[in-house]
Formats: sequence, structure tokens, C-alpha cells
Amino acid sequence: MTDVQPILKARGLMKRYGTVVAINGSDFDLMPGEILAVIGDNGAGKSTLIKALSGAVTPDHGTIELDGKPVNFRSPDDARHAGIETVYQNLAMSPALSIADNMFLGREWRKPGIMGQVFRQMDRPRMEAFARQKLSELGLMTIQDINQAVETLSGGQRQGVAVARAAAFGSKVVILDEPTAALGVKESRRVLELIRDVRARGIPIILISHNMPHVFEVADRIHIHRLGRRLCVIRPQDYSMSDAVAFMTGAKLPEGVTEPV
Amino acid sequence: MSTDDAPTKTISDYEAVLTKADTAVASFEKDDQTLSHRIRSALRKNPTLIPALVLLISILAFGIIADRFLQIGALSTILKQVTVTGFVALAQTLVILTAGIDLSVGEILVLSSLIMGNLAVYAGFPVWLAVLIGMAFGALMGLVNGVLVARLKLPPFIVTLGTFSIFRALKLWYSQSESIRNADIEEKAANLLWFGKGFNIGGASILYGGIMLIVLAAVLWYVLNHTAWGRHVHAIGDDPDAAMLSGINVSRTLISVYAVAGLICGFAAWIAIGRVGSVSPISFETVNLASITAVVIGGTSLFGGRGSIVGSVLGAFIVQVFTTGLSLAGVDDYWQMFAAGCLVIIAVALDQSLRRASQ
Repeated sequence: MTDVQPILKARGLMKRYGTVVAINGSDFDLMPGEILAVIGDNGAGKSTLIKALSGAVTPDHGTIELDGKPVNFRSPDDARHAGIETVYQNLAMSPALSIADNMFLGREWRKPGIMGQVFRQMDRPRMEAFARQKLSELGLMTIQDINQAVETLSGGQRQGVAVARAAAFGSKVVILDEPTAALGVKESRRVLELIRDVRARGIPIILISHNMPHVFEVADRIHIHRLGRRLCVIRPQDYSMSDAVAFMTGAKLPEGVTEPV
Repeated sequence: MSTDDAPTKTISDYEAVLTKADTAVASFEKDDQTLSHRIRSALRKNPTLIPALVLLISILAFGIIADRFLQIGALSTILKQVTVTGFVALAQTLVILTAGIDLSVGEILVLSSLIMGNLAVYAGFPVWLAVLIGMAFGALMGLVNGVLVARLKLPPFIVTLGTFSIFRALKLWYSQSESIRNADIEEKAANLLWFGKGFNIGGASILYGGIMLIVLAAVLWYVLNHTAWGRHVHAIGDDPDAAMLSGINVSRTLISVYAVAGLICGFAAWIAIGRVGSVSPISFETVNLASITAVVIGGTSLFGGRGSIVGSVLGAFIVQVFTTGLSLAGVDDYWQMFAAGCLVIIAVALDQSLRRASQ
């Protein structure tokens, strides 16, 4: 393990919203090709940590390195260009636009030739076919019309579209914030399979979830976040779910860790 | 699987049947073929049909009330009178689609036309250069609005209320409250009036300005529906945070929207010179509100994200049809205004109820 460098590494991240401390000097390491679960109580700062890594929030202090090079994301667009794709808890979709338009928002494919280059026309048929294919891979067969507006979809279907978008376009890191919270049994299973598929392509995944069975099933390592910091990182083989819950709620301290002040 | 002697074994046991899950895309028998269902579904797919129907009905209704109305002369007058408002409504539509509003469009138009007129008539610039400089100033004024809205994150209503006064003051200072007379323009810069020219078809005089309105509307329709920029404009109006997280550069897009709106107003300034024949600092005082009226009647939501360019053009026509129709029917000016006001409220109420019913 010594010569494997983390693909995404953060040190001493700090973010305050006014007087509220969201993350308090947190470290973070994502190894190449792994599924890293991040768990923690509500308000522990998981979402802010993830937003700092995905460019949606600029940390007050701390450094982030991608592939060993320091990065300074000023917007989600920067992170996306670096190959980090994120599914946010609130899904970040435009309700009035269609599924295909949403999947390609900010990276539309243009028609070849003069129509695309001079008149900048989008290649709708190609985008729609790709969107349909990605949704089918995810098993979202209840979406009838790829051109229906996202606002006509159920919460679970929307989440499916967001996950499909991230999995389709992430090239370095895929971050999933509660990807199965609104999904049905079948779709959750597909998302877990998809997470493994993405890892099989060599792309590491950060999975934030409250669903302990899911976390223990797919994660290679589990980052336990408590009071704005990384409390410890455990391997699911070494601990039980109740141990993990005990760590993240402060009921028990992992070995060798003293409670942060 | 759980049996009597072996109860549920694993936590994911319930997922075991998933291999047999249905893999076809969901589909349903269509039983919504009654007339009212079809109308509703047509309206839902093409929201622009609503203002189109309103326009058609109002033209027919006024044709019955005032017999001179359906004559070709009256109809071509409507096209002439709608031109400038139509252009400004196009600019306004872009801004309103981003959930903004631009109260300064009328002042941008008049200030641009004063710059064009002064440069071409008094400073001796060639007309094409004067027009380009006037349009550039229009875009610059839009850019100022855009930067204030996007970078300082001020509400568009406040920003453009402020720039409305600022541009108005600049307009009166620059013109010294003096008009440029039609005779001077014709003598020194006749091409400034080009869009006021036209041709006759069967007694209807069609002005180049009116044709240009249709052309620009078609261009903007294409841009909004078939380019990435157009999709981004909709997405920002829909939910700016989601647009930002999706990787859209929200502030740059917003600034470009306001600048393009200013540019369109600058171009409309040239049209307006041709339409009126002179340049007056106190002309087009009502075009701000008229453009918002047209956009709203055309079915574009003030909350952003939904609407159409074609609807706005139709909206401008509807207002003009009412004004012209009522005046041909011998109704006083103030009742025409009264009718326009009622029209806005009815149009929005109708639009809302149709949308609700169609969901």
C-alpha cells in the first residue's frame, strides 16, 4: 500500500457557514479503483465535505490533490472538467427540461459538419439514444418517453436519471450522495451493480449513504465522519455494522483514536 | 428463499426474485382519445397554441364587430404598429426566461436610436457605422445590467429599475431633450429609414421591419431550442442552483442574456427610426410595459424556465389587434388601455388553468 498514492486527497479542509462549522480540519483519501463509503450522523459534515471535493463549495482552508497535483475547484464545472462527476442529494436537475437535455446539460453534443460547427445545432437524436441506453442499463424501464420533462418523473426516477448521468460521464472519480435514498428495491440493486461496474472500469467511487447493508456490501473501505472530521477509516471485513454505527454516533471510540475536541 | 425449517437467511434475500423482473419499457393502452383529451394533450405539447388561438379568435371577433377590421389595410397597419414592440418583446423574452425582468429595454432602445441619429445626421458618420455603434452601445447597456445581476447578485427588478432611471437621465442629457427631425434624416442619412420602407402586395404594405421581426423571431426560436446556450437559458430560469451544479457557468450565461437583449434593443432602435421617421428622446415611453405584457400574454412564465419566442410575438399581436380593433369600433383610448389590462389578467388566468388541467 505504501507506493499507491491516493487519487483524490484532501488535508485539513475547513468550512464555516457564518458561525456554524460544517467541516473542521477534515482529511480525506480516495485510493485508485476503490469504493469508499462515507458515513456519519446527520450534520456531521458529509455533504459539505463532498461539495468541497466536487467544487460546489470552496473550502476556507485546506488542500485538495487530484492525482498528486493540487487542484483548486472554483465551480462544479471545474471539477467536471477534471473528471469528477457528482450526484447531489437534491439531484441538480432542471424540472422543465427533458431527460435527455438534463443528462447532457453543460456538455451537449453538437451535430457534425456545418450545422454543428457554425450553427451550433445540438445532435438531439444521438443524445436521446444515448440517454435511453444509459437508463436501460440502470433498469429504469418505467420511463416511457425520453423527452418527457423531468418534473413529470417520480422522485426515484429522477434519482435514477442523475445516477445514470454521473456513471455515464465520470472519468476519474464518481461521487454519489445518497444515490439509493429514493429508489425502489430493483433500482437500488441496479445502482449497487452499477457502482461495481464503474469500479470495474477502474474508476473509484465515493458513496455517501445511511443504508448500512448497502455500505457494507459494496464498500472496500469506510470513512467514518464525526463532528466535521474524519474519525477513522475501517474495512468492512474487520468490523460489524453496529460497530460502525457506534463509531459514527460517538457511542464507542475506535482503537487508537482519541475523541476530537 | 425462506422455508419452514430455514427462515430468511440473508439480508438481501428479498432481492432474489429480481432476476425475473420485467425488462420492457413501460407502456400503456391509450384510452385518452376523447376530443377534450386530445385538445389538452395538443396544448400541453404546444403551449404556443393558446396565444395562437386567442389571436385567431380575437381577429375574427373584431372582424364581426368592426367591418373595416378584416380589410387588408387594417391588418397591415397592425403589422406595422406591432414591429417595435415585437422586437423589444423578443429581448424581454430572453430575460424573462432566466426568471429575470428588464425594465430598461425602452430606454436602451431610445438611447441607441439617439446615438445612431446623432452620429449619422450631425457627425457625418456613414449610416452603417452609426448603426453599428448604436447597436454596440445597446449591447453595452445590456452588459451593465447583466454584470450587476450576475456578479453583484442583485435582483433583476432592482437593477433594471435603477438603470431605467440612469439610462433615461443619460438619454435626456445626450439629446439635450431635442428631437432629430425627419427632414434632416432624409436629407443626410436616408438609409437610417430603410426599415420603414417596404413593398405592396394586393393593397397591403409590408415593411422590411415587419419581415425582420419574423426573421429574428425565427433565429431566436432556433437558438433557444436547438443550441446548448438556449437550453442553458431555460435551465437557469428553472433552477439556478441546479444549473450551477450541472456545470453551467450561470453568471456568464446570465450576462450574455442581458447583453443580447441590449443588442436586440439596439437593433430595434434602427427599426424604430424607420417606423417613426424621426428620433425623439420622449418616444417609446410605454414600450417597457408593453413588452412585458406581450411576453406574459404569450404564455411565458415570469418565474422563468418556461415560455416561447413565438408566443411573445403572438402576444404582441394580440395586444395590437385589441387596440386597433377597439379604435376601429370607435372605442375611446382609455377603454383600449382598460381592455389591454383585462387581457393580461385573463390570458394568465387561462394559461394557468389550462396548464393545471393538462397535468
